[in-house]
Amino acid sequence: MGSITLKQVTKSFGDVNVIKPLDLHIRDGEFIVFVGPSGCGKSTLLRMIAGLEDTTSGNIDIDGEDATNMPPAKRGLAMVFQSYALYPHMSVRSNIAFPLKRAKVAPAVIDEKIEKAAKMLNLTDYLDRKPGQLSGGQRQRVAIGRAIVRQPSAFLFDEPLSNLDASLRVNMRLEISELHKSLDTTMIYVTHDQVEAMTMADRIAVFNGGIIEQVGTPLELYQKPVNRFVAGFIGSPKMNFIDVMPKAGDDTHAIGVRPEHLKITQERGLWSGKVGVVEHLGSETFLHVHVEGAGTLTVKADGDCPVSYGDRINLTAAESKIMHFDKGGVTIPSLSWGEERVA
Amino acid sequence: MATTQSRTLAKMMLFPSVTLLLAWMIVPLCMTLYFSFLDYNLLMPGDNEYIGFLNYEFFLTDPAFIESFFNTLLLVGGVLFITICGGIGLAILLDQAIWGRNYVRIMVLAPFFVMPTVSALVWKNMFMNPVNGLFAHLAEFFGATPIDFFAQIPLLSIIIIVSWQWLPFAALILLTAIQSLDREQLEAADLDGAGPFSKFIYIVLPHLSRAVTAVILIETIFLLSIFAEILVTTSGGPGYSSTNITYLIYTQSLLQFDVGGGSAGGIVAVIIANIVAIFLMRLIGKNLEG
Repeated sequence: MGSITLKQVTKSFGDVNVIKPLDLHIRDGEFIVFVGPSGCGKSTLLRMIAGLEDTTSGNIDIDGEDATNMPPAKRGLAMVFQSYALYPHMSVRSNIAFPLKRAKVAPAVIDEKIEKAAKMLNLTDYLDRKPGQLSGGQRQRVAIGRAIVRQPSAFLFDEPLSNLDASLRVNMRLEISELHKSLDTTMIYVTHDQVEAMTMADRIAVFNGGIIEQVGTPLELYQKPVNRFVAGFIGSPKMNFIDVMPKAGDDTHAIGVRPEHLKITQERGLWSGKVGVVEHLGSETFLHVHVEGAGTLTVKADGDCPVSYGDRINLTAAESKIMHFDKGGVTIPSLSWGEERVA
Repeated sequence: MATTQSRTLAKMMLFPSVTLLLAWMIVPLCMTLYFSFLDYNLLMPGDNEYIGFLNYEFFLTDPAFIESFFNTLLLVGGVLFITICGGIGLAILLDQAIWGRNYVRIMVLAPFFVMPTVSALVWKNMFMNPVNGLFAHLAEFFGATPIDFFAQIPLLSIIIIVSWQWLPFAALILLTAIQSLDREQLEAADLDGAGPFSKFIYIVLPHLSRAVTAVILIETIFLLSIFAEILVTTSGGPGYSSTNITYLIYTQSLLQFDVGGGSAGGIVAVIIANIVAIFLMRLIGKNLEG
């Protein structure tokens, strides 16, 4: 079991409200990712769930039980920290054994659990080393090992991959996803990297300024963002926004179109502009096109796109791929993905 | 500092100061060594003949030597024990978020800035005096007989005074060490179910081991040569019960005007200090590696 319910939870440091009243239900066995820019309160909320920060008001229920004022150890949660927080003077074995010894588990059981976790995480050869003698990825695995031996009802990850290099990050991402599939335990994962969020999550909660903008599956957020913030945050490269003059009967103040939905055409399209920087990634090409009256648009084109700096190109996008936002930045569903447009 | 040229230049630049420092150390040491083999007493001017190891024999077979040797060890060990234990406690207290923390920290440091003679006098006259001292008044208030500190427990009294002086030093070094402890480690321990005591034993204390080593090494160097506190309070007495090696050498060479004997004592002190240093390095030096 590992369902967590947040009811009207808030957090303030003095006069600053870091978390505005917030409701969220995390289902048992779910992999939920908290994503948002730095300072949006996602880490604070995770620490509140862990019990490392006090909750200013509201309730945190874990498995239907009020855990708002429970000490961290009693909540049955395990956390993997950004800095891994391994105990530097203890061997890997002692690190993993530490929570079990505190819980007064029998030595034979401890050894068995360590062996099992080490096998699962490929740490068997490193059990007698100190954390200082391990690489970043191995330390990460030790931190995860220390978390899983306790068999917690939920895992909390606080930006666990941000200290790893790019290729290792991709590997660890896969390993954590696989771990989730095999353990089938609730995981809450905090990151500022929307790629991690999109690839790992069952559901994503997008945070901004202490509130949750939208909760949904990765595809929901990508296809049906509720507002301009979510639309801009999810997807890489960022969605292009173009301010437009509202017409009678149409409250659209801005439209948004994703770089991958912009097409280069021979004939005149919706926009035309001069190509700026061209970034060749091999499999794809990012063009930064300066369009008069619309600013710089990012275009995701094929890897062998022949366009070069200074060229004039025409761009267009399917009407069904264009999002419409009103004055406050809220998506107008009827124009963005509503049935009216399909008709 | 990588090229041969810059390294040569660095050596040349360092040469004068290194030479001066070396001479500053070597010349007095050689003179002491030379005097220690002479029959050299200022009260009996004469030829200052060479007498071999006689000075050493006298110094080492003097009953006062054995007593002062153990006094030295007790003094160093006692002060180290009190300052390390007290220092860890103080450091943990000072690390808590309290109102006016910065002022408290400065206040705690204050004893370290008081000159040894002054602090010994303050303790002698204001606290430990059996008639007017604060402790005497306290004892009388509770109906007990005041302790005559320097007559009944002279060495312990000196240990208390010196500990008071060195406690802030230990607390300061240990406080900076505690502040460098990764907070996430403590939080991880929280989640792992460690109580305050477990956290202290398994996380804080191992983290402090290096700082403790540094404090022990530095304090030992200074504590082996404690002198002013003894001179001001007990003058080594009663008998030799609060005399350490340093003070014994002083009585030899300055009170008895025996330059030869005092020099021999000085060389013995140098040897003892080196033995202690080697012992310490072996024992805890590995803590400072890696």
